[in-house]
Amino acid sequence: MEKYTFCGTKLSPQERQARARSKRHPIGEENGKVRAQNFDEVNLGYDPETAIAEAKRCLLCPAAPCVQGCPVRIKIPEMLEYVSLGDFDKALSVLKRDNALPAVTGRVCPQEVQCEGSCTLKKTSGEALGIGYVERFLADWERNNGKTHSIELPKNGKRIAVVGSGPGSLSVAADLAKSGCEVHIFEAFHRAGGVLTYGIPAFRLPKEVVDHEIENLVKVGITIHTNKIIGTLYSIEDLQNALKFDAVYLGIGAGLPKFMNIQGEDLNGVSSANEYLTRINLMKSYLFPHYDTPVHTGKKIAVVGGGNVAMDAVRTAVRLGAEKAYLIYRRSREEMPARLEEIHHAEQEGVEFLLLCNPLRYNGDDHGWLKSVDCVRMELGEPDASGRRSPRTIEGSEFKLDIDMAIIAVGTGANPLVTQATPDLATNKWGYVAADSQFRTSKRGVFAGGDIVRGAATVILAMGDGRAAAASILSYLKENTWPENFEPSSF
Amino acid sequence: MHSTTPILSINEITPTIFEMVLDAPQVAIKAKPGQFAIAMSHAEGERIPLTLANWDSTRGTVTLIIMAVGTATRKLCSMRAGEHLFAFAAPLGQASELKPYETVIMVAGGVGVAPIYPIAKAFHAKGTRVISIHAARNEKLLFWDNMLKNVSNEFIVTTDDGSRGEQGLATKPLQRLLENDSQKKIGGVYAIGPAQMMHACTETTRPFATHTVVSLNTIMIDGTGMCGGCRVNVGGKPKFTCVDGPEFDGHLLDWPSILIRQNSYKREENCSLNRYIEQND
Repeated sequence: MEKYTFCGTKLSPQERQARARSKRHPIGEENGKVRAQNFDEVNLGYDPETAIAEAKRCLLCPAAPCVQGCPVRIKIPEMLEYVSLGDFDKALSVLKRDNALPAVTGRVCPQEVQCEGSCTLKKTSGEALGIGYVERFLADWERNNGKTHSIELPKNGKRIAVVGSGPGSLSVAADLAKSGCEVHIFEAFHRAGGVLTYGIPAFRLPKEVVDHEIENLVKVGITIHTNKIIGTLYSIEDLQNALKFDAVYLGIGAGLPKFMNIQGEDLNGVSSANEYLTRINLMKSYLFPHYDTPVHTGKKIAVVGGGNVAMDAVRTAVRLGAEKAYLIYRRSREEMPARLEEIHHAEQEGVEFLLLCNPLRYNGDDHGWLKSVDCVRMELGEPDASGRRSPRTIEGSEFKLDIDMAIIAVGTGANPLVTQATPDLATNKWGYVAADSQFRTSKRGVFAGGDIVRGAATVILAMGDGRAAAASILSYLKENTWPENFEPSSF
Repeated sequence: MHSTTPILSINEITPTIFEMVLDAPQVAIKAKPGQFAIAMSHAEGERIPLTLANWDSTRGTVTLIIMAVGTATRKLCSMRAGEHLFAFAAPLGQASELKPYETVIMVAGGVGVAPIYPIAKAFHAKGTRVISIHAARNEKLLFWDNMLKNVSNEFIVTTDDGSRGEQGLATKPLQRLLENDSQKKIGGVYAIGPAQMMHACTETTRPFATHTVVSLNTIMIDGTGMCGGCRVNVGGKPKFTCVDGPEFDGHLLDWPSILIRQNSYKREENCSLNRYIEQND
């Protein structure tokens, strides 16, 4: 078990009992009706007093189950102890030792199944400590006070190329830069951040928060090259040979949107959630015509799916003036993979949930525009490979829903840009890059992690992979050994 | 941190068609016929897919042909030498397959000469007999005709109004060439231009079962496989123009759907354009 350095807070039995029974400090939220009109952030965040009070709930459990629940292993009790003493600077240095993007993860992590899910307070008082809120408070406090916790870094003479600039890549880059590597990030888009930039909307993750976190990384010496298509513009071999990188990390994500291949999916008015969200978040089409990229704004829209992307899309549609916003999901609420807070916010904002329901076909008018969707009711059968109960259709339960826009958020697959151009990079049957338990690929010196290895997952899992991969890269740079036989791991 | 791309020159070919030469050495080294780029004039602009029309790896230059139709393309065309494109990402898409045909027909409709030229050049260089049909509405809209002629063994010009070459559509000589090809030497046809023209060529070649390749210019946002806005149905399978194309077998495409989808943003495009014209009057 890992050990933590605490600064000596001792809890009396009475204090301990009081903490164990304490309730979580709620976070301010923009009024549901007001916020449905704008792209401002929904969560208003803790002020310093509330952050201190919330941190003072921590039982300082020696086993720290919260740390075990955190994919990047932030030393949470130590961080909370500094916060409880009002020493935000020290708390931040603890936080940033393990987490390159605290303002981001404080907002987008599914804390309820990670750190907060294993918090002892959840058992003793029914309400876990608001670790995510405290984390976010610290990062925002740092940003608002113009402070940066960057350290003078040693140089070890090694050059690393990181492909993609999403959360996983940024984590790899941060860890390697801290270890003295010269890190270059190659991004295909005109802006860095990956899903943080093109996918997650501003009301959940303000873009200035993302930009600030990225600027902090640039300040520690990481170079970001935008508009660079790795695969065609530079092959992996170009990076290794001509550009003399000692190792390459592929953090290219799983961005290829999936469709259901049902009738009418090519009608005008049907789009992928990626298209919808990219138009809005990356291209800022909600400010059209001040920005040149337009986006359709339906009056009656249906989003298909039950994950965070579906929630982001449907809540965006509400903000763009949808009078009816449906969320169609084929299983029940319990199986929804979205964060609880997002489901809760979507309901508050007036989204109608059509659960145990699946689209069969889209119907268009004579000009090829979507006008309705035929749906069918579902029921849950036996659990499938993912452990979730698999849905099956109820015969004769078809019904029609009038809509003028449908957004498909049923998942994404592997982007083929890099793998197609790199035939000696082993992939699995779904086209994801195969990697071993140390995030090494079949190609010497090339590592991969995050969604391009796992399939679409979460920001924090990609960041966890990034940290582990960075450690693996450092050991490769030191030992210069590579396994003779490639043993892909299952993620 | 942000990489921009310098414009070396920009020339007006017609009042709506511009030739832009960029300083992009690495793209010039890696570009292959059939591939495209995404270009943005400025930070608030649209990501516009444009064919890599020509390149010179020794000089490090890449040439784009841009037709000023909507706001974003007009903004691109109003840029000057010495300015920088806010974003230029390339090469994207699959390169042309360049199958071992004995003879290939290259049909260029209007600005379609831009994507046709590098493919014709590549076929010509590998010894394939190249018959080019260069079609436009009128003589003024014909450009790069000498360049295309130089990489063709046979060169036919058609204009809708008969102001140069044969009067009529490109499908007329295309039909004639296929009818007269008794020895079946024509292995393939490339037809690139407006969607209606590519569709018409596809229907012309269908009865002859001649392999016909078209290059689609669908709606696209990122151009890297992320948005699916460019999806097309190819022989019953959904494909993305940006990563699976832009070239597809014309006989396998669902043309009615392609023609409908390309108009899906007409209303917004007109709104944006009217605003642009008002502001620049």
